Amino acid sequence: MHDPEKWKPIFRKDQALYVQRTSVKLAAAILIDGVIDASWLFIVAVGLTLVFGVLNILNFAHGSLFSVGAYAAASAVGWYYGGDLGPPFLGYLLMLGAAVAVALILGPLLERGVLRFFYRRDEVVLVLVTYALFLILEDATKLIWGAESYYASEPYALLGNVSFFGLSYVGYDFALIGLAVVTGLLLWFSLNRTITGKIVLAVIHDREISRAMGVNVTRVFAFAFTLGIFLAALGGAFTAPKISVQPGIGVTVILLSFAVVVIGGLGSVEGAAIAALFVGFARAAAIHLVPWAELFIVYLVMALVLAFRPEGLFRRMSARKI
Amino acid sequence: MAGIVRTLAAAVIACAALALAGFVIPNWLVLVATLAFSKGLVALGIVALMRGGLVSFGQGTFYCAGAYAAGMAMRSFGIGDAALLVALGAIAGLILGIIIAPLLAGYRGIFFATLTLALSMIVYGILNKTYSLGGSDGLNLHAPSFFGYHPARSQNASYALFLFTSLVTVIAAALCRIHFDSVRGLLSHAARDNEIRVEYLGASVRWINGINFVIAAVLGGVGGALSALSLGHIDPDFAFWTTSGEFVFLAILSGYVSVTAVFVAAILLELVRSYSSQYFPNTWQGALGVFLLLIILFLPGGLGSLALRLRPRGAKPARAPAENPNDRAP
Repeated sequence: MHDPEKWKPIFRKDQALYVQRTSVKLAAAILIDGVIDASWLFIVAVGLTLVFGVLNILNFAHGSLFSVGAYAAASAVGWYYGGDLGPPFLGYLLMLGAAVAVALILGPLLERGVLRFFYRRDEVVLVLVTYALFLILEDATKLIWGAESYYASEPYALLGNVSFFGLSYVGYDFALIGLAVVTGLLLWFSLNRTITGKIVLAVIHDREISRAMGVNVTRVFAFAFTLGIFLAALGGAFTAPKISVQPGIGVTVILLSFAVVVIGGLGSVEGAAIAALFVGFARAAAIHLVPWAELFIVYLVMALVLAFRPEGLFRRMSARKI
Repeated sequence: MAGIVRTLAAAVIACAALALAGFVIPNWLVLVATLAFSKGLVALGIVALMRGGLVSFGQGTFYCAGAYAAGMAMRSFGIGDAALLVALGAIAGLILGIIIAPLLAGYRGIFFATLTLALSMIVYGILNKTYSLGGSDGLNLHAPSFFGYHPARSQNASYALFLFTSLVTVIAAALCRIHFDSVRGLLSHAARDNEIRVEYLGASVRWINGINFVIAAVLGGVGGALSALSLGHIDPDFAFWTTSGEFVFLAILSGYVSVTAVFVAAILLELVRSYSSQYFPNTWQGALGVFLLLIILFLPGGLGSLALRLRPRGAKPARAPAENPNDRAP
């Protein structure tokens, strides 16, 4: 009855099927997790790259503005759902409003109040200036919101669950992907298809010529910086329901978005999108396959990309000074 | 030649003055100064790079390598002598520097800064997960001996370490000064100004930057080993980006004109940190940020430029930069 020759192939086939099914599942998990991770990362990083493109500043304080956005949204959401003040879906609008408020208050304040005094300095010195701003903002957030964690999970559960390949996902995560796509398209459209956008591109290309042609470069600077801050705060506000908002979240975010921006090429919107996916997949793959590498996989990818393309994926080489 | 003799004389005087000062100042200040000198050495490495127009945001890599080399030698091989441990730290920095320098020689500006940052974060990530090296908790070290002398009392130990650190610091500072004033050292200035011009004159900018990078790596290793001895503890935070950021801050604070300014800046920073953590326990980081902003705003050439300003006009050396590169339009 128990003929081993008869059993062997069936056993093998079964095992192969099992392996195949799990590897498909694993690949799907990595793919979906990666895209979800990339979505909020793109929103934040594209703000960083925009600020660099226009103002030539690699803004270390960008992560702090992400966390300010997250805190503001968590507070607003907590207040709104805590009091049961209206239809639950309006909470999303409130999160958007929080991000706008953060940008409108902090953007002009930081750009006009601090950064403009340093515009003529070396770009590395400017990194240090924003590092100082980062230190100040981190402490300021702690003073305002305290050291405890904030949770704003109501909007997260609102969209129900979705399942793919037998894997269950929260609908909100897919809404986040949609938000990232919309943000990217809007930004691309307004940069390339509107007058204001073309003026911004002109300033990116050559600020002196733009000034000579009658462009108010100072205003473009303030506008671009505020828009960059808004994108950081937007990323923070819409990530807040997924995480516990606590001191220190800005640090992780700035390091990740740094990597995204450098991989994509400083100042490139398309580059930020591709690089965010790169980084998202790398992180998801590390978490599923080699968990201990999660801490540094992003930097490994960044070092590898820079080794072959020193200016990132999407940036033209600049001419050397003669 | 006269310059070298003057530098060496200044070094001997500085050593004697520091040895005396160690007796006079209170013990807590001795500890602060020891740590400040160790960190100042790493910042001196960044200054060497800065003279060539490069700023590394990842000196934590070498700082950490030096600290772990000294720590592992002490724990695994029972080496307890400070001089030997610091030499091992220097060798660790040297080897790592020679490996990495050719990889980074083609990068400039913000790309060099971010790539060095990435390298240090890779080191940080790996060390955090390497449990044989203590993982994220790190390792504790015991007190070192000094050329066969085992200090019995803790006060003696901290004075001995201060004396040893001062000696290493003064030697390193004097060697750097001599290098900075040499032809190769002065070529760094020229390379920062205009690379193509230097290449046409027959020098290799790659080579100049490479040498500066290796010097910075060795100084980082030495500083790391000394810090490990004075803290008595090593952990992956030695390679974290905030540690590297602190070294860049020190280098900017001191400027690249004066070597002595680096160590003055290091002591100043340690004092500001300890005072602000005492008086503003919850906002000392913010206070440090404000301090940093004020320095960059009002003292763009660093503390070293103050010394240059105080010097009588006729005595201005040829190495004084004609223009401040920090004032260049972006």
